Amino acid sequence: MKTMTIAKAINEGLRATLANDSKSFLMGEDIGSLGGVYRVTEGLKAEFGAHRVIDTPLAESGIIGTAIGLALRGYRPICEIQFDGFVFPAFNQITSQLAKIHTRSDGLLSAPVVIRIPYGGGIGSIEHHSESPEALFAHTPGLRIISPSNANDAYWMIQQAVACKDPVIVFEPKRRYWLKGEVDTESAPSDPFKAQVLRAGSDATIVTYGPLVPVALAAANAAQEEGRSVEVIDLRSISPIDFDTVEASVNKTGRLILTHEAPTFGGIGGEIAARISERCFYSLEAPAIRVGGFHMPYPVARVEEHYLPDIDRLLEALDRALAY
Amino acid sequence: MGTAQESATNIDINGQKPGASVGVLHPHVVGQAEMVQLLDVEGVRHADATFTPYIDALTAETVRGFYRDMAIVRRFDAEATALQRQGELALWVPVIGQEAAQIGSGRAMQPADYAFPTYREHGVALARGLDLADLLKLFRGISNGGWDPKENNFHLYTLVLAAQTLHAVGYAMGINRDLAAAELADSGAAEVIDPAAVVAYFGDGSSSEGDVHESMVFATSFNAPLVFFCQNNNWAISVPFEVQSKIPLVNRAGGYGMPGIRVDGNDVLAVYAVTQWALEHARSGKGPVLIEASTYRIGAHTTADDPTKYRMLAEEEAWKAKDPLIRMERYLRAEGLADDEFFEQVKHDGDEMAAHVRKATLALDSADIRQKFATVYAEAHPLVAEELAWFDQYEASFADAAAQISQGGAA
Repeated sequence: MKTMTIAKAINEGLRATLANDSKSFLMGEDIGSLGGVYRVTEGLKAEFGAHRVIDTPLAESGIIGTAIGLALRGYRPICEIQFDGFVFPAFNQITSQLAKIHTRSDGLLSAPVVIRIPYGGGIGSIEHHSESPEALFAHTPGLRIISPSNANDAYWMIQQAVACKDPVIVFEPKRRYWLKGEVDTESAPSDPFKAQVLRAGSDATIVTYGPLVPVALAAANAAQEEGRSVEVIDLRSISPIDFDTVEASVNKTGRLILTHEAPTFGGIGGEIAARISERCFYSLEAPAIRVGGFHMPYPVARVEEHYLPDIDRLLEALDRALAY
Repeated sequence: MGTAQESATNIDINGQKPGASVGVLHPHVVGQAEMVQLLDVEGVRHADATFTPYIDALTAETVRGFYRDMAIVRRFDAEATALQRQGELALWVPVIGQEAAQIGSGRAMQPADYAFPTYREHGVALARGLDLADLLKLFRGISNGGWDPKENNFHLYTLVLAAQTLHAVGYAMGINRDLAAAELADSGAAEVIDPAAVVAYFGDGSSSEGDVHESMVFATSFNAPLVFFCQNNNWAISVPFEVQSKIPLVNRAGGYGMPGIRVDGNDVLAVYAVTQWALEHARSGKGPVLIEASTYRIGAHTTADDPTKYRMLAEEEAWKAKDPLIRMERYLRAEGLADDEFFEQVKHDGDEMAAHVRKATLALDSADIRQKFATVYAEAHPLVAEELAWFDQYEASFADAAAQISQGGAA
């Protein structure tokens, strides 16, 4: 066991990938000598060379488009999009090209491109640097989307993403980059597409992923002090979603709260609410309740605390769920 | 001449010159009329010091083959158009008029080279060795691909145009990586990698897309072994070339720092020669080249289009006079390289191919939704599995109901 931050764990995961898979390499803006704007790739260019850690031109469509071509030639490109809000110039390459190459070739081609995107708010940043666009990509068949919430997952999930034959987007919770945790580099990792029950409970279930996992755990602890037993599930994978784990939990607790930073309308929480209402109709004691961003572009930093789900908003939702 | 690097002509497009101020660029422009041409509309050869040797190196058989290929593609195009009109295809994308640009460039490629087409590269497909019937699966709603790209190094058609130019650059960057890895490997165990190049096809319309710009930036920055092959057919559906660019596209090459060549796209010999030159340039590690082939879309954009609404018949007639097949036939006959028997044989071969394409297309009468479930992902996916299981059950329920009815049972 080693203790490290999430950022360092991703760095170590990338280091292991570059060492183990000669076809893998990193490409992105400012990831070489600078080590990325969050220093996630720090030291990798010095260790593996400019050939394996490529500073690209400032062009997101170009990064993903060329990565597709490199993957068709047998390579495993690991692309960094510098910030969540910068992914949209590459939207066509990701959703129309990358996501469809396997099916439109009738399974003859695959493009195992990995795309790392720091996402989410809470860092007091400027416009386009705090967004959560994961639902836009989860809505696209052909992509897989995962989001680690702790250092151990961060270390393993990037390696598992590179090993996967499908394109994988890894949404990295940027405000948790400096969150420390234990990393077990020896034991076999768990399936990246399966959810994990982080805390057992019997009165309600909170389902979340990425940056809000610590918030959900804190809310569950606060509820415990009031005598309420809350189960917390870290989804880990946003596409596919491990509905079985959520279903088993809700059949036990009867109440479901879904929380993410992204706007609730058309979001991941709504999708889970709909599926669970089908699977657990006779177990539900209350409607599923979503706690997320409002239907507005991510607001200015001075008011983001009102936008982001926090412990109080989760406890308020819990009160509502328990009132049924 | 028409090579942007070698013989730029100074055209004063703004009507004034900024003088000799340091750091002020006054464009030196390759004009519309300038282009590499080795065979004129009368079928008369013209010499070019750089490019003629590529043609002189060819056998008569190969030169005749250029004509044959162009005629086969034109016959194929007519058959596919007929199939669409008869309701057998949802849509067809005619290639008539662009045969020389496609056969000339396609024939210049080596087997290890790789082509990334748009959706109109039927001639390149023939040159790469595809069964042309496979191209129709896309237009018949059977497959969104239709062939194995790795068999002939001919990628699937790309319909959201310009995206393929970035895929081509990435593939070419991969060739460079392969070469570098082979060099690094121990000399004894070194994998032998033949230098290869990639051809990225696009048109005057998609030249305005951002992906073409980004692909040229990446290709030059990473010295990718790539040929940008632009068929400027003068029309992006209904929008004339002048809306995409006020000067010939070859001029863009200089801005990226690569050589550019403007070629008569209806002259199969010139297209072949300049593409050979560009591919050699790319394969030898000198980086990308931009070729602008000046041609014309004689037919409609697709079978759903109506060019009478936006362009003049006189313009079409003027371009028909520059037909790539007619000038080649004149040349072959004048030089005694082909006789009546040859042309009759080509016609016969074309009809035979068309019959094959028709038969193969009509035999494709269904697709399987289960195959679509099976190919969304390369690895198992629980949601896809769940939805397929539901679909199977749903389908089976109709069979159960039918069985009940046939047994005389009622619900």
